[in-house]
Amino acid sequence: MPRRLPKKDVVIIGFGWTGAIMANELTDEGLDVIAIERGPWRDAPTDFPPTYMQDELRYRVRHELFLRPDQLTFTFRNMMSQTALPIRSWGAFMPPNGVGGGGTHWNAEMWRFLPSDFVLRTHLTERYGASFLPADMTIQDWGITYDELEPHYDRFEYLCGTSGQAGNLKGKILEGGNPFEGPRSRPYPTPPQAQPFSHTLFGKAAQELGYKPFPQPSGNLSQAYTNPLGLRLGPCTYCGFCEWFGCSNYSKASPQTTLIPYLIRKANFTARDNSEVIRINLDRSGTRATGVTFVDTSGEEWEQQADLVILSAFALFNVQLLLHSGIGKPYDPVANTGVVGRNYTHQTISTVNGFFDNRKFNFNPFIGSGSIGMCIDEFNGDNFDHGPHGFVGGGYMGQVQTGGRPIESTLVPPGTPKWGADWKKAVKDNYLSTVKPGTGVHGSFYSYRDVYLDLDPTYTDRFGRPLMRITMDLKENEIKQNKFLTDKFAEIIKAMGAEKLAVQYRKGPYDITTYQTTHVNGGAVMGTDPNTSALNRYLQSWDVPNLFVLGATAFPQNPGYNPTLTVGALAYWAAAAIRGKYLKNPGRLVDA
Amino acid sequence: MKSSNPTWFVIRRREFLAGTAMFLFGATRVRAATIAGQLPWTPNAGAPPSRAKLGPWEFFTGEEGRAMEALADCIIPPDAETPGGKDAGCAVFVDRQLAGPYGRREGLYVRPPFQAGTKSQGPQSEKGPAQHYREALAALDRGCKAKYGERPFADLPVADKDEVLRELEKGDFKLDGIDGQSFFEQVVKDVQMGFFADPIYGGNRDMVAWKMIGYPGARYNYLDWVSRHNERFPLPPVGITGSAQWTR
Repeated sequence: MPRRLPKKDVVIIGFGWTGAIMANELTDEGLDVIAIERGPWRDAPTDFPPTYMQDELRYRVRHELFLRPDQLTFTFRNMMSQTALPIRSWGAFMPPNGVGGGGTHWNAEMWRFLPSDFVLRTHLTERYGASFLPADMTIQDWGITYDELEPHYDRFEYLCGTSGQAGNLKGKILEGGNPFEGPRSRPYPTPPQAQPFSHTLFGKAAQELGYKPFPQPSGNLSQAYTNPLGLRLGPCTYCGFCEWFGCSNYSKASPQTTLIPYLIRKANFTARDNSEVIRINLDRSGTRATGVTFVDTSGEEWEQQADLVILSAFALFNVQLLLHSGIGKPYDPVANTGVVGRNYTHQTISTVNGFFDNRKFNFNPFIGSGSIGMCIDEFNGDNFDHGPHGFVGGGYMGQVQTGGRPIESTLVPPGTPKWGADWKKAVKDNYLSTVKPGTGVHGSFYSYRDVYLDLDPTYTDRFGRPLMRITMDLKENEIKQNKFLTDKFAEIIKAMGAEKLAVQYRKGPYDITTYQTTHVNGGAVMGTDPNTSALNRYLQSWDVPNLFVLGATAFPQNPGYNPTLTVGALAYWAAAAIRGKYLKNPGRLVDA
Repeated sequence: MKSSNPTWFVIRRREFLAGTAMFLFGATRVRAATIAGQLPWTPNAGAPPSRAKLGPWEFFTGEEGRAMEALADCIIPPDAETPGGKDAGCAVFVDRQLAGPYGRREGLYVRPPFQAGTKSQGPQSEKGPAQHYREALAALDRGCKAKYGERPFADLPVADKDEVLRELEKGDFKLDGIDGQSFFEQVVKDVQMGFFADPIYGGNRDMVAWKMIGYPGARYNYLDWVSRHNERFPLPPVGITGSAQWTR
């Protein structure tokens, strides 16, 4: 029998971005809140100080800050006809672990989604007709509009001190920003980051080709900033160790830099680390959560009861915990019934590396940050007419010099041997004069009937529970989209003056060993119909109304942007619904 | 890490079963805790890395070490300005990696059943890197002895070594019981990784690789240089343990 802890008002599962946001909001409401985190406590001075954090082998290659697959992993297959096999070592995406979650080691790109992204099926059907969409594509509207989410986008941007240039201020298009963005109520809190040489070349080339380049919105700050909670961030030093690494410098927006030092001082907040929630408990009716059961490092089981349960782990783990807890009907792609596991997506990524004359170009590639960069948005979402092209979706593209860490960044032109004297010479000749876009082409990944999550019949975790099974492949729509975008991107890299290009289209089959961002989304999506969504528009479980599920789990499909800003905004949106509506009258916020 | 220390072993094993975080690079013990009122402070929670020890092989036998050094020098040959893979310490790097958590696949998912899958499903071998290297290096020497008159790989003339590697790369040089092509791919990756990793891990000795390409190493502040476009950064590299220049 688990040992029982004193009951709390709220238990939060997972202490990353969304857990910290929700904890701060609900403690402000006077509620007694506990957050339970699977991984260790992590912060800059103890865990990633600038004396040894700049270690590519340890953090990038050996995955120091991430979850160990031994603790929990997934099985994977491309098609339903195959046998899924375990992901024994991470590749395609990197599941976070520990306080701060993915917010600790992200690149800090701060993109808003397009207004049309939130009403995707309606928008595309109206513009192109229903028959334009592939028959097995299961994209749907979110049940929320951009205008409803805008105040929450704004709030998260100001929490983080986001550095950027507004492109659309209350409907007025501004020079130098992204002209395609939805209207924003305020400018960014801080100006854009400085841009290294290759970025200015990309901006110039893009402009000459008729595009409207703009600086990527960044959660690595261009200048010192004090956020609305009174927490201070320092200016980014362009060290080139963002993604995969923790920031030693208090320059990257993270739960540790923007929320936790404020939250931890509240008397009605407690956290537990190194404690893994293994189940959300339900009462006999199966419609009310009574709390959670978790396991600590000595293997001891504990029960934490609470009136309100917030599930805010990383997207995949949210789905897994729902399946293990028997909450919501599991998705069945054959019968096309059920919702938990449905509409799982990733990101369609590719790049073009450009090799320049080293007598004329020196890019100092090691000067970088995760989210500097010059980008264009002409080919994202439905910003262009898809009619002639026969696919839907798109993405932003840009030159984003995230750092010149040499294990990964010593590229050689196509045709060079992979080893030996010629390889060595090519590495030496090209390191400083190669453009290696960190982001490159960042395309959407729409949802399909047979791309989904369920429980594996064979493989188990350390508790003997079934692993979750990922069935995912790249579809013709995404492959066509990527070809079109990558060709456009290659034109810009060439126009920058590159002598040789290495064009790397994304091709099928979907490969679990190749990193393609950690933007794995969906599986328990939000929506207006309980038959096609696990959550209502407030991220409240249709089946268990005192359970809210935060994170990219709720995305019905994945647009061509990085997810975190929308993830944070949705957490604020859900918190506002809990504070303004749910606490006054606990129950379903939307009638099924 | 040796498992002859019973206390350490018991704790580690228990954490392996129930623990939620392990540091592959240090032996920091992790325990569940309750945090309230103030930010926690655990000295050295992030486990600063230890420097690879100089001295004898930790994983390789003498024969394996010779083969590995010969491979390292073929993959990264010495030239007038920059040492080759052997003198840069790349074989030492691979040895220390194989003797450590990487060689043992610590933290990876190693539960059965082991079944062959598609390439897109990733490696499913029952063997870890350490065992794989041991078998493959033995097979390489057997193959060379059979083809080149009882000489192991390390004793072949440079031209023959290069020929063996070119054929391994193409899949034409067969290693019995081993996929030679994918083994060679792994060796190239590991040797080059050692060349470019921080010198604290045994390769990139004196930061020779970083000097060769112009990488300034483990620095942390380029604020003065981000807007100085198309100018070569003037400072030499530093590693995690510092720079030889600092002591002059």
